[in-house]
Amino acid sequence: MVDALTVAFGRFKALDSVSLAVDSGEVRAVIGPNGAGKTTLLDVISGITKPVSGRVMLGDRIDLTQRSEAEIARAGVRRKFQKPSVFPALTVRENLEIGCGPALPARARPARIASVLGEIGLGPRTEVLAGSLAHGEKQWLEIGMVLAAEPALLLLDEPVAGLSDSETAHTAALIRALRRPDRAILVIEHDMGFVEAIADRVTVLHEGRTLYEGSMAGARGDARVIEVFLGR
Amino acid sequence: MSGAVQTALASPAGPARRAVRDPLVAGLVGLCLAAAAVLLVASPAPYLVNALGQLAAFAILAVSLDLVWGYLGILSLGHGLFFAIGGYVCAMHLLAHGVATTGVLPDFVQFMGWKSLPAYWVGLDHAAYALVLALALAGLVAFVFGLASFRSRVNGVYFSIISQALVYVAMLLMYRNDTGLGGNNGMTGFPLLFGWPMGSPGVVTGLTVAALLTLAAVLAGTRLLIGSAAGRRMLACRDDETRLRTLGYSTTRLKLGIWCLSAMIAALAGILYVPQVGIINPRVLAPDLSIEIAVWVAIGGLGRLGGAVIGAILVNGLKFWLSAAMPEAWPFILSGLVLFVVLVLPNGLLDLVALRPRSTWLRGAR
Ligand SMILES: Nc1ncnc2c1ncn2[C@@H]1O[C@H](COP(=O)(O)OP(=O)(O)OP(=O)(O)O)[C@@H](O)[C@H]1O
Ligand SMILES: [Mg+2]
Repeated sequence: MVDALTVAFGRFKALDSVSLAVDSGEVRAVIGPNGAGKTTLLDVISGITKPVSGRVMLGDRIDLTQRSEAEIARAGVRRKFQKPSVFPALTVRENLEIGCGPALPARARPARIASVLGEIGLGPRTEVLAGSLAHGEKQWLEIGMVLAAEPALLLLDEPVAGLSDSETAHTAALIRALRRPDRAILVIEHDMGFVEAIADRVTVLHEGRTLYEGSMAGARGDARVIEVFLGR
Repeated sequence: MSGAVQTALASPAGPARRAVRDPLVAGLVGLCLAAAAVLLVASPAPYLVNALGQLAAFAILAVSLDLVWGYLGILSLGHGLFFAIGGYVCAMHLLAHGVATTGVLPDFVQFMGWKSLPAYWVGLDHAAYALVLALALAGLVAFVFGLASFRSRVNGVYFSIISQALVYVAMLLMYRNDTGLGGNNGMTGFPLLFGWPMGSPGVVTGLTVAALLTLAAVLAGTRLLIGSAAGRRMLACRDDETRLRTLGYSTTRLKLGIWCLSAMIAALAGILYVPQVGIINPRVLAPDLSIEIAVWVAIGGLGRLGGAVIGAILVNGLKFWLSAAMPEAWPFILSGLVLFVVLVLPNGLLDLVALRPRSTWLRGAR
């Protein structure tokens, strides 16, 4: 639950009183032109950027704007970055092991890692250094890292950027399979076909404000949304 | 395939440890143990033995810096501070031990017109207490400085500059004569070590053997640490600290722990160094000495433990030899060496040897 969030860099407002409620069990897509503030929104939710005003409530008790990144992660929030962020000096397996988080006992890790490896299809590459993976494999590895902690809130920033069509379809299937009653998923994406395939609802951001919220079909028919996207 | 290899070699990950087997470190540990064994049976010229011991102390210091710089990405330009803490406390022990045994006050105490050692020296004639004090003091200073820096997210160049400022401030402080630590002349004239006359062949050999064994232990210990889960977190933190934090790890705690460990290892090097050279003065706190430690590590090869040892021994060995032969040329030779390594061997001298873990990278990329 994001409530009246405002973020400023100097005098520029990257987010201007944005509110957004994502329910458990839902896949929400946030779309919008470049510079709309999508990544900034995730930065605030994951604790990297502090807002000028507003709150981000996880459940009804935890205000994430008051917590450090590590505390937010331990509360069950995981985020995949726009630029694939894996640890290049560690192998795929070691990356996933760190992804399990500090709380998971060492005994439980191998099984968790094996199941994530199956989901992301990197089974044959477990002992490869992440730094030498191809772009698409890095994207999946990072998705695997954030999955390994079984997050309650999953934030994905452009998970199919730079992927081929078949890889995109594969990722869409993976994200749909991740939907669970006790998990909320927030996906940022430019690829409309992909958004249509995965999202229950979409939020359109433009210049730091919410332009539209509702179904993807509704967004396609909304005059202001069309203007913003065609005007690019 | 070849594309993947290209990325592996070009990746910013830097030289990372791979596998638990590390022939370079294992070889160096073996060499230290062998040298120590040889010294116990044969007796080479004392000045050579002494030089070897000093080199071993510098190598320990270099490893302590490599631990934080190569594996955690924290470049300290103030590690001379921790080395000096070990050295000063060791010097205090040696003098207090001398007073307790012979009753003669050290020169600088007489010079200040004092009738006895300053009150806070009490107990320092006990070696075990001095050792614990030196390590605790280095750890404490590192903890306070590290906590302040890491909590407020001071990183990169800013951290390096502040660490340099810290060692400079410490130097100014130690130049004062009223601190009870020898002022600008420092402390020297240590009469005894564990009751044995300083400078006797047995003491010289003993100190060198102690330094070699400590180096072997430090190398083996740090290597185990790097290969552990904590070591993997260190590499993760070095390459992408924000990513690690957003996976639920407190990087402040990780960095602080390793930083304090590194400071204590540097103090250990200082403890071993001072009785070998017989003097400590505020010069060890000079900013250029702290920078030089980073130069040793960079020349040998950052992030490979063994590289730090090789760099420290090579640079200081050259320095011993040349600063006797042609002292005025030394700064130029050092600068030339630095330029050569930076331009030709960006990963340090280990590039020359095929020992760098590149082969495992290739295997990994396949
Ligand atoms: N640290 C920062 N300092 C100053 N301005 C910033 C900072 N981070 C983001 N901005 C600005 O805030 C605005 C929103 O950026 P943001 O990265 O959130 O956009 P985005 O919607 O994710 O765009 P894209 O689709 O290109 O990823 C941009 O105009 C950007 O230049
Ligand atoms: Mg973005």
